[in-house]
Amino acid sequence: MIPQNTNNKPLLLMSGIGKRFTSTPVLDDVQFELRAGEVHILAGENGAGKSTLMKILAGVYTAYTGQIELDGTPVRFKSIHDAASAGIAIIHQELSLVPTMTVDENIFLGRELSKGPWLTKKQMQQKAKALLAGVGLEIAVSKKVGNYSLGIQQMVEICKALAFESKIIVMDEPTSALTDVEVQRLFAIIDKLKKERRGIVYITHKMEEIYRIADRITVLRDGRYIGTAPAAQLGQSELIKWMVGRELSSQFPRHQANPRQTVLKVQDFSVPDQAGKPFPVVDKVSFELRAGEILGVAGLGGSGNSELLNGLFGAYGSGVSGNVTLQDNAYYPTGPAEGIKAGLALLTNDRKATGLILGMNIVENTTLAALKKYAPFGWLRPAQEFESARKMGQSVHLKAASLTMPVDALSGGNQQKVAIAKWVDTNPAILLLDEPTRGVDVGAKHEIYELMNQWTAQGLAIMLISSEMPELLAMSDRIIVMHRGKITAEFTAEEATQEKILRAAMGNTDKTDKQGSSHH
Amino acid sequence: MNKTSISLKTGEHWLASPTTRVLAALIIVFVLGLLFNADGAFFKWGTHRDMLRAVSVYGILACGMTLVIISGGIDLSVGSILALTAVCFSLFTIHYQTAVILAILVCLVISSLCGIMSGAIIARFKIQPFISTLAMMVFARGLAKWVSGGQKISTAVQQADGTYQYVEVPGVFNFINSKLLGDNITVVTVIFLICIVISYIILTKLRYGRYLYAIGGNEEAARLSGVPIIKSKLLAYGLSGLFCGVAGICQAAQELQGDPEAGISYELSAIAMVVIGGTSLQGGRANMWLTLIGVLTIGYLEKILSINAIGEDKRLMLTGAIIIAAVLLQKTKK
Repeated sequence: MIPQNTNNKPLLLMSGIGKRFTSTPVLDDVQFELRAGEVHILAGENGAGKSTLMKILAGVYTAYTGQIELDGTPVRFKSIHDAASAGIAIIHQELSLVPTMTVDENIFLGRELSKGPWLTKKQMQQKAKALLAGVGLEIAVSKKVGNYSLGIQQMVEICKALAFESKIIVMDEPTSALTDVEVQRLFAIIDKLKKERRGIVYITHKMEEIYRIADRITVLRDGRYIGTAPAAQLGQSELIKWMVGRELSSQFPRHQANPRQTVLKVQDFSVPDQAGKPFPVVDKVSFELRAGEILGVAGLGGSGNSELLNGLFGAYGSGVSGNVTLQDNAYYPTGPAEGIKAGLALLTNDRKATGLILGMNIVENTTLAALKKYAPFGWLRPAQEFESARKMGQSVHLKAASLTMPVDALSGGNQQKVAIAKWVDTNPAILLLDEPTRGVDVGAKHEIYELMNQWTAQGLAIMLISSEMPELLAMSDRIIVMHRGKITAEFTAEEATQEKILRAAMGNTDKTDKQGSSHH
Repeated sequence: MNKTSISLKTGEHWLASPTTRVLAALIIVFVLGLLFNADGAFFKWGTHRDMLRAVSVYGILACGMTLVIISGGIDLSVGSILALTAVCFSLFTIHYQTAVILAILVCLVISSLCGIMSGAIIARFKIQPFISTLAMMVFARGLAKWVSGGQKISTAVQQADGTYQYVEVPGVFNFINSKLLGDNITVVTVIFLICIVISYIILTKLRYGRYLYAIGGNEEAARLSGVPIIKSKLLAYGLSGLFCGVAGICQAAQELQGDPEAGISYELSAIAMVVIGGTSLQGGRANMWLTLIGVLTIGYLEKILSINAIGEDKRLMLTGAIIIAAVLLQKTKK
């Protein structure tokens, strides 16, 4: 793709940006340029300084060195409000909507339309409706935002940016919680925004997304500016090299699997809807899992694949049904503690919400699920805990200044490694990995893949969910596909293609599918 | 050597640590005492001993409150349970002349049961701690009034013919009010310090203490890590109830009676002490030393104001302002 207005003044120019927290510089002489009508990917590992740079742009951090120019005029924002008034909108990874307020109230939050002291509700509702229609969404604006799916909430967030005529829209990992269909819709909206000559800064860890939508790519590493290049000229391996500073042998290093005896046999397993709807989210599912293999569980949003893993683990207590044989013993899920005892470990898909205790330190998080081991008669043995956490940390390549620092001070990749270490410490027979590389940078992803190889070589069995199709295809030895709670297809690693999986995930159970027509 | 770079240092400057900040508030209050020493009254140990005595009952409540707040909850019922135990203990010792050990045991069981009941409602039915313990606050107050017939249970005992006759103050009351170590410390204060130590051990040495932090930090993540949520919460509220019982017995001894109206708004004082200790009400963070410092800060503040003969009106206003000042002092700048 050819950048269109090379000669025009850039929409945004940040130059010589530096920022320190206490004594450590997190940004050092960074530059960034954004043109109208382009999607500019800001890439780099966790901790590279992408979010910090964007927070400076958005007026969150006001103490920094360097220059920001908007349309050629130097600016210095004193607050978030300042930046927003200048036309900068950030759509955060964690949405900043108020779930208990209605859609239109959220869109106009903080800048309500009013006549004198009176809110003009009708006007806001109409305008909200028009904005939503603009992004192809027809929903009731008077309903509370919390009632809608994450995908729709994301659209509402975008409309919030549009409502204020933002010229620059920053999207920080916007698709991390979206289903494929929602991602497609988001991309369509991004195309529309480009045509309207807005500038879009897009942060993501997903390779396929980068090449789907990028016009140009800027890479940061360890707080420094590495380079900017048109996406068409920066190949994937070159991009990875820019990001991690070295070459990775291959993106997905799955070794030859060596499946052994069956460790898990599931028959007619069902999980009822947790909100009480009459349709089960997992509906009479049967499959087998063998030691030493990685079984991919594919599915779009609402397919029930995550619920299947949670249900088996015991996250829903005993409200599930079916016959499960675990290592030759009958197993009936009743609760997480029992699941752990039976040899299951569930790495949840959201480490901040359900995986880690962010305020507790690395040692305490690592030993939490196996704490009984370190507390004979209820008395803790801190030295033993520390030693074990140190070993676990080493085995998962954890990088931390200290084992006694709280995990919320770690980067996303290292946080995920702590969550992984916690489960390895329980010495499981079966690892249920729900999005193990979500929000994790390329280098750490690679290390997690290598760990998966190690575990399967040791005889562990893994069930893997990943919304990144290339990852799922490359790492799984076998893939089952779910649609609305049922398994609609099963493929070996050789048979599986992205097209076949998508077709099955959308409910096509036709087993005599024709060969996929194209490859990525 | 492995590539992982793990060292033992915490990487946090000692001046920025929460303990230092909390200590700073106490030191400021203490220096104020040195300045406004009321003609040297602040330099006498007796003043400090009396401060410790006055603050002990609140401090005992603050121990239980800390455990509950760490688990992400709150306990509004402590003042009422204190009154209930004070009434029961007075009834047993003054009216029925029950053996002291038995009286103490029964009172502690009653108060613990009150706490466990709130905990059970919170954990089993997932009712917010604020609401559940608010209900217990009202319920236990009613129970205290019912048990006592709405009367203060004092040594003036009503006889069958309707006349009042004074009986002797039970020995255990006198013991709790007595001083040890050459009159240098009161028994109540010793009891308070024991409660601090017990809570400290629970929080730092026991598995269940770790669970309380985990639940307060992120309950769902804790549950999915196999942490026994219900048991842990029963323990936290049960212990809070137990400490209320201890405080109630001390209160009865100090007042020489069991007053069903005792302990009103004590829950707020206990919460204030925990908060001045730098504990966030969101749970997951705190420790006993911080609470001890919080207790001492409020204790000294009150004492300094009272030896300088500052009226209650101004004392309350100042205390309110100091709570905010202390918490502001602890706020970390980003």
